[in-house]
Amino acid sequence: MKPEHPEARAADSLETQVDAWRAHLRRSRAITDADVAELEDHLREQIASLDAQGLSADEAFLVAVKRMGAIDALTREFAREHSDRLWKQLVLSGDGMGGGAEASGTHGSPRTWVALALAVAAGAAIKVPALFGVAFDPDQSLFYPLNIGFFTLPFIAAYFAWERPLPARSRAWLAAAFGLAAVLVNAFPFSLSPGDEPDTVVLTMLHLPIALWLAVGVAYVGGRWRGSEKRMDFIRFTGELFIYFVLIGLGGGVLIGLTFALFGAIGLDVEPLVQSWILPCGIAGATVVATWLVEAKQSVIENMAPVLARTFIPLFALVLLAFVVTMAATGRGIDVEREILIAVDLLLVVVFGLLLYSISARDPLAPPGLFDWLQLTLVGTALVVDVLALWAIGARISDFGFTPNRIAALGMNVVLLVNLAGSAVRYARFLRGGGGFTRLWNWQMSYLYVLAGWAAVVAFLFPPLFGFR
Amino acid sequence: MTINKDLVAASSTPLVLAILAEGDSYGYAILRRVRELSGGELEWTDGMLYPVLHRLERSGLVESRWEEAESGRRRKYYRVTRAGREQLAEERRQWRTVDEALRRIWSALSECARTHGSLVFTPAEPSS
Repeated sequence: MKPEHPEARAADSLETQVDAWRAHLRRSRAITDADVAELEDHLREQIASLDAQGLSADEAFLVAVKRMGAIDALTREFAREHSDRLWKQLVLSGDGMGGGAEASGTHGSPRTWVALALAVAAGAAIKVPALFGVAFDPDQSLFYPLNIGFFTLPFIAAYFAWERPLPARSRAWLAAAFGLAAVLVNAFPFSLSPGDEPDTVVLTMLHLPIALWLAVGVAYVGGRWRGSEKRMDFIRFTGELFIYFVLIGLGGGVLIGLTFALFGAIGLDVEPLVQSWILPCGIAGATVVATWLVEAKQSVIENMAPVLARTFIPLFALVLLAFVVTMAATGRGIDVEREILIAVDLLLVVVFGLLLYSISARDPLAPPGLFDWLQLTLVGTALVVDVLALWAIGARISDFGFTPNRIAALGMNVVLLVNLAGSAVRYARFLRGGGGFTRLWNWQMSYLYVLAGWAAVVAFLFPPLFGFR
Repeated sequence: MTINKDLVAASSTPLVLAILAEGDSYGYAILRRVRELSGGELEWTDGMLYPVLHRLERSGLVESRWEEAESGRRRKYYRVTRAGREQLAEERRQWRTVDEALRRIWSALSECARTHGSLVFTPAEPSS
């Protein structure tokens, strides 16, 4: 009954068959490589035994596979026994995550230690000014709110500079950029005492981190800033970092609350300790830890920012649409108050963020779908609201006077308006079938320069321009 | 004869533990032993043995190690632990109880068939 072709050919085809079987098993996350090895040993033993009974290699393989059981049933059984494997685990100890091959980058790897060392260094650095009597409490001095970026962002940049091989020249540039910015901002003759702080301090405080974030981006992409794909990765990283930071912050809040409660129970007031140590060191350390977490889980857990963006895009679109329709139906105009510009700016920031993160997760080659229309609706209505608000403000802007705050807010509005208008045009063209999605993508990625540039202008040029008022 | 699925599942733990109590073994050999013991009547789907082994390992009843087999392949050997032996003793008591109860009722049934056999198979005589 043996087939006529030579033994070698039979063995060869058996190997291919076993390979295919193995590949099939591997597809299930419930079955690890070790399990596959164990099952394969069984299969080969069975084949050998059938072979000894006179079956051909093909027949033996078929019988052995049949006896092993249907792969679906098998994986179901493994999944029931190892249900934990169906949850992608990111553990900080033990032998890896999810039992996959991507187990590198966790416990014991130098990355972990470098990240922890940098987190400790950031926590220590933030306490250095305190040695010279500067209080962390923003009610006492604005030094920390102004400089917080310099105690956190360079450490994130340092992590990337170490982790990616960043060229020496880029390193020098980064160090120079951070150093120069720090010197410049602190050399400004602002009054940093709260209560009578000038507008320009607050503006610098708000815009400085955005401008510095671009420097972190340079470190993130390993100095290769060209190519929108790299920049998009940085945007993805930013979203995840934000989410992780918020989550860590929530945990930190619980920790601090419990600290208060426990020490309060024995009659000790820990507020000074929390204010001057736990809070600043925690914030500085958390940024680095969050960075490392995002990097470690990158390939393991689905990105959250796009999920959130996709969840909220329909809701925001609905609310904005309802707002515009109500305005048109009732004929009510926008009440021009001082905060209106800020409110509209915030709206544009949110819409910009939703659009950016939705784009970051969209397959550029996918054909236009219903969701794209929703997104275009969102952007379109946001633009309408913005134009209406600007219209209402425009008439009275001279009554309010051109304060630095107002110019910064107006500038931000224009920057975002141009971005969203450009996006809407490209999106509409894409939906009508003219031009690929990558045009929208490239538009957004090139626009990062404009955003960071505007932030830098406000942070560094506004104070001298307005005489540090 | 095919044996009921629940029965196969229930007997798998004592069978595997007992086979491992004979000596350390690996999947294929355990299955061969099961077949041998049951005269080929107890047929497990081969692959299903492994989730059982992994469950026993996780509950600490057996432990495993990788070794090089004579074929040159790496093979996972299992060995029963102390907790496993205790569990085996417990299983054994339980199965003996079930077995004894079943034996009694089987013999009672045959007894019944013997004494009342005539009543069953020949019509009862009219009482009047």
